[in-house]
Amino acid sequence: MSSSTLEAVSAARWRVAISLTIVMMVVYFGFILLVAFNKPLLGTSVTRGLSLGMLLGVLVILVAWALTWIYIRWANTHYDASLDRLRERGAGEPAR
Amino acid sequence: MTSALGEPNAVAITFFLLFIVLSLGITAWAARRTRTADHFYTAGRSVTAFQNGLALAGDYMSAASFLGIAGLVALSGFDGLIYSIGWLVGWPIVMFLIAEPLRNLGRYTFADVLAARLRQTPIRIAASIGSLAVIAFYLIAQMVGAGNLIRLMFGLSYELAVMMVGAVMLAYVLFGGMMATTWVQIIKAVLLLGGATMLALLVLARFDFNLLALFARAVEQYGDGVLSPGRQVTDPIDAVSLGLALMLGTAGLPHILMRFYTVRDARTARTSVGYATAFIGFFYLLTFVLGFGAMVLIGRDAITAIDAGGNMAAPLLAEGVGGTPFLGFISAVAFATILAVVAGLTLSGAATLSHDLWVSVVRGAKADQREQLVVARGATVLLAVVSIVLGIAFKGQNVAYMVGLAFAIAASANFPALVLSIFWRRLTTAGAQSSMIVGTVSALLLIYFSPTIQVDILRNADAWFPLRNPGIVSIPLSFVVAVGVSLLWPVTSEARRFGELERQLHLGVESAE
Repeated sequence: MSSSTLEAVSAARWRVAISLTIVMMVVYFGFILLVAFNKPLLGTSVTRGLSLGMLLGVLVILVAWALTWIYIRWANTHYDASLDRLRERGAGEPAR
Repeated sequence: MTSALGEPNAVAITFFLLFIVLSLGITAWAARRTRTADHFYTAGRSVTAFQNGLALAGDYMSAASFLGIAGLVALSGFDGLIYSIGWLVGWPIVMFLIAEPLRNLGRYTFADVLAARLRQTPIRIAASIGSLAVIAFYLIAQMVGAGNLIRLMFGLSYELAVMMVGAVMLAYVLFGGMMATTWVQIIKAVLLLGGATMLALLVLARFDFNLLALFARAVEQYGDGVLSPGRQVTDPIDAVSLGLALMLGTAGLPHILMRFYTVRDARTARTSVGYATAFIGFFYLLTFVLGFGAMVLIGRDAITAIDAGGNMAAPLLAEGVGGTPFLGFISAVAFATILAVVAGLTLSGAATLSHDLWVSVVRGAKADQREQLVVARGATVLLAVVSIVLGIAFKGQNVAYMVGLAFAIAASANFPALVLSIFWRRLTTAGAQSSMIVGTVSALLLIYFSPTIQVDILRNADAWFPLRNPGIVSIPLSFVVAVGVSLLWPVTSEARRFGELERQLHLGVESAE
């Protein structure tokens, strides 16, 4: 069984949290750096009435939604289940 | 086009009075349930995930984001999107790093999390300085905004508007505590999301519900520039600095963090951030449509003729597509927005003053629930008076930078200490304390020496610090100080205490204990 001790649960939770945080930061600062350093590229027209910059901007918002959804899905299934197992074993085990 | 904006508007006044009557009714109902300090701060921890998601959105979607971003988009197109995105991307960070541990480790304020593993007195004093600075600048910006907006929209005098906002907000918080404040946020969020959706649909109806046709019309009228990055972003480092402050500042705003204590458990806190992220993202997408709608249907000249900053773009658009009644409705929604945000800020300020400073520091955590409630209410009155006085004192000043400053302090003073106290075993009291003080002071000093104050306000030719946003310097500095001080002067007992708390961090306070 994976993640059955407090350390394992904790490590798994922080691994997921930090990975998702890094993805969010890379996506967001990638967008900001493009805005700052390559304005002409973002001004490129994708189709009439839509520039690449606007498309990417909306994508950043969609990524933010997707990442929160992924985290909730992960936490509701894996993290909560591990917490329930820890809780069942209860206070009998000394807190570490 | 002549506008009815600024003239007494029967519909606006009716909607506004309806909102006031409804919200004060809720306050009266909530007041009967607010008998203990626990209820005053947390609404009995009875708020559901969906309700808290709306309330978080309500606390976060200020008049600056509704009127300000719509105006910014109307006047500069694409650039407004940069702000919208920056204000949204903090929310996933709140979810991944902060929400659940905060709920599990604390009771009323984010300082509880630090105090759980570090020494009470010094840590609460340092955390209060950061919190109160954030709240003060945010409140001043909101009060001055309220005075100006209400003058523009309803034709009331600035001072009267500020006093009205202060008095109504005081009634919510003083009598209804967190329960009333939460419901005011929920109603405001529903009104704002509903109003903005209706407005966007009315705009899109003019373009056969084809969003790209709207953007294409904007290009025809104002050129290709409206769809690409423009004047707002000139310096790349400044852009990243602003981005950092917006993103990490969200995770350090005391009035937002406090909301996680109003729900039953960490799982509910997690779900509520999911709802909040969805609502806030949707709202910012709407504001983008509204901004372009105002640019095309109202015109930049007509917008700047009424307010040079563009803040009246959304109300003018409402009048343009829905007539005077819809202008009235949107004006009332904007007023409700301001009221709700100042109520949330005041409540979190009262929690800092009474719970962190009075009860924990002065009284050594020996105050009973009755005393805590009395002190919390006293702090609320004090804050309401202070915010009215500051609101009037700053009349006519340019306070737009203050929201940015609040975010910069939140990101530099509160976020590093909070996140390290959750993640890092070796953090010490001295480390967290110095990080919070250095974060607050460096953010304040760098803003003072930045072009924002030196050039725009003091009209000096040059500024000593070249960036408008201090985040890129002050946030890393605050982290370095926390880590450096903790490593130089390690405290083994505090590291051990972190180990003891690890179970509570994940599982919350267990009833067996």
